[in-house]
Amino acid sequence: MSITPASASALPTEALALEGVRKRYGTTAALAGVDLRLGWGQVLGLFGHNGAGKSTLLRVLTTLARPDAGSVRVAGLDPVRQAAAVRAAIGYVGHAPLLYDDLTPAENLAFAASLYRVADAQARIGALLEEVGASAYAHRRVRTLSNGMAKRVALARALLHRPALLLLDEPETGLDADGLRLLERLIGAVAQAGGTVVLSTHDLERGLRVADQALVLRRGAVALAAPTGALDVASLEAAVSGEAG
Amino acid sequence: MRQSLRAAWAIYRKDLRVELRTRETVGSVLVFAVVTAFIFNFAFDPSPQVLGLVAPGIVWVAYVFTGMLGLNRTFQLERDRSTLELLLLAPAGREAIYWGKLGGALTVMLVVEALMAPVFLFLYDLSLFSPLLAATAVLATVGFGAVGTLFAAIAVHTRSREVLLPVLFLPLAMPVIVGAVGATTALLAGGGLAQVNPWFQLMAAFDIATLVVSSWAFEHVLEE
Amino acid sequence: MRTARIALMPLAAAMVAVDLVLIFAWVPTEQVMGIVQRIFYFHVPLAITGFVAFFLVAGASAVYLIKKDPKWDRLAFSAGEVGVVIMTLAIITGALWAKPVWGVWWVWDAQLTTTFILWVIYVGYLMVRAYAPTNERGRRWAAVVGIVGVVDIPLIYVAAELWRTLHPDKVVGPAADEGSLESAMALTLLFSMITFLVLFAWLLTERLALRRAEEALAALRAGER
Repeated sequence: MSITPASASALPTEALALEGVRKRYGTTAALAGVDLRLGWGQVLGLFGHNGAGKSTLLRVLTTLARPDAGSVRVAGLDPVRQAAAVRAAIGYVGHAPLLYDDLTPAENLAFAASLYRVADAQARIGALLEEVGASAYAHRRVRTLSNGMAKRVALARALLHRPALLLLDEPETGLDADGLRLLERLIGAVAQAGGTVVLSTHDLERGLRVADQALVLRRGAVALAAPTGALDVASLEAAVSGEAG
Repeated sequence: MRQSLRAAWAIYRKDLRVELRTRETVGSVLVFAVVTAFIFNFAFDPSPQVLGLVAPGIVWVAYVFTGMLGLNRTFQLERDRSTLELLLLAPAGREAIYWGKLGGALTVMLVVEALMAPVFLFLYDLSLFSPLLAATAVLATVGFGAVGTLFAAIAVHTRSREVLLPVLFLPLAMPVIVGAVGATTALLAGGGLAQVNPWFQLMAAFDIATLVVSSWAFEHVLEE
Repeated sequence: MRTARIALMPLAAAMVAVDLVLIFAWVPTEQVMGIVQRIFYFHVPLAITGFVAFFLVAGASAVYLIKKDPKWDRLAFSAGEVGVVIMTLAIITGALWAKPVWGVWWVWDAQLTTTFILWVIYVGYLMVRAYAPTNERGRRWAAVVGIVGVVDIPLIYVAAELWRTLHPDKVVGPAADEGSLESAMALTLLFSMITFLVLFAWLLTERLALRRAEEALAALRAGER
């Protein structure tokens, strides 16, 4: 399988360890004291309304946003002081595919490979594009691709450097039924190989099916943190919307 | 350090590849430069005597304004599709982004400046083909690029980037604009290395100072 | 801090009163330029205070970027605001002096050019905050502008100086030779300089206190929500 993350044995015991993480944008508290612990080989489902703090939490984990207070460890590393090492350990897919419109998928991936210093770049790019079903589009400009195909290429880009952690911020946008199956398969494969996945999503059903742990955010605070085995869609829904239950 | 240089080189090559494929920045900026040079014809009497006095001014006003246009574009292209985030996610120091984007912007600006030389010859019978003028252009353009890249990265995150970039950039770029106009004036008047030396020293000092400070400050500009 | 603010106000007021007496009643009128020369005792101290304020902006900005402690940004921002007012007054008083003496409002000599560009950089320093998407980014952007500005200032001065000396025909008026000042004049000028620096220090502490109050209020409001 071409998505195997770097050997998990060399990594610290916990993939994510957050304590009292706060982040404020102006006068609104995007994160109001979030605690989180997650082991390797786990998939975390991140739930909450728009503006509940899901994206901010993911941006803190990616080093794109600096927390105001609290402690964050990503793969045992501090995202503020060891930012480059954290960035090397994570793969991120956000709302935008982060691809250059005027380059082809193969060129986009080759650029990412040179940023991450991927050793066997050409072979790996070919294998990953095959994996996500984008081989036929490898040499067309991204501008001409559908949103779904661009998202598939974005997934390949995020996996290119064999990240130990895969962070997905509402990755379903644009994907068709086939693409959604691919997404679930990739998440499963990363976790299987000892990597850890954080999936932020509005699709509670898929979230419950794919994730081992669930974290529900409401107004920047943890409303619920539990293993998915103990949850059903209704209880998750109640936690997201804040109704007693 | 090495990792940053490698990432900077990758970003530079990516920018060149995009530009070679679309030719959008060079194309639009070049048209702007030609129109600017053309309109000067109506700003004053283009007789040879007047031209002798104002030619360096025309050339550098045209270059500075097209340079700002190009600098704005280099970050605009990254912002349109959020690809700036991709660069921010790269496991390298922020200075890598600065050096890579600076390299791309400098290449575009120098190409446009070179392509404009025959235009000035054609429109104003002004010959800019000399090694010392080329050296002037390189020294000045590195200076613009060094401060311009820093401030374009600020301006691109605001709604009024068209205003903010010139307001921040023009006053701070004053020494290098003065140096470029001074050197060009001396060279067009038939001066040699001795005449342009003080201007070259001024521009070189500016280039070094702004490159050092900007690459250090860049990280603080990009952080959220 | 609070005691400094309370002590500075009467001190500044007393010094300004004495300064006004010195300038308008005590110091003899200059022979060549006449009464208008008295504006010199305002203009020079204002310009120097403006430069001091700017170096304070840059210094506090650098500390802010390294330590990320907002109190340093408060100092830089307050010094920037007071500085832009002082620099505006310096430019206006300079123009008022130049018109009767040189026959023009403005001369592009090195000092005036540097002063003017410094003023524009100050404005950019304040503007960039207003345009920033978040306060934190505004603080960092402004700090960067302040630091690049201070590095640039000597080069701007050298460039203006070169421009003037290598283009002698561009100079409209003589770069007035002030000559040696009479001792009473020198004393008045010195006292006036200290007065304006004290006045600046007082305004700065007032602005800082006001800024702290503003931020405390904003934090309280945010807590309510």
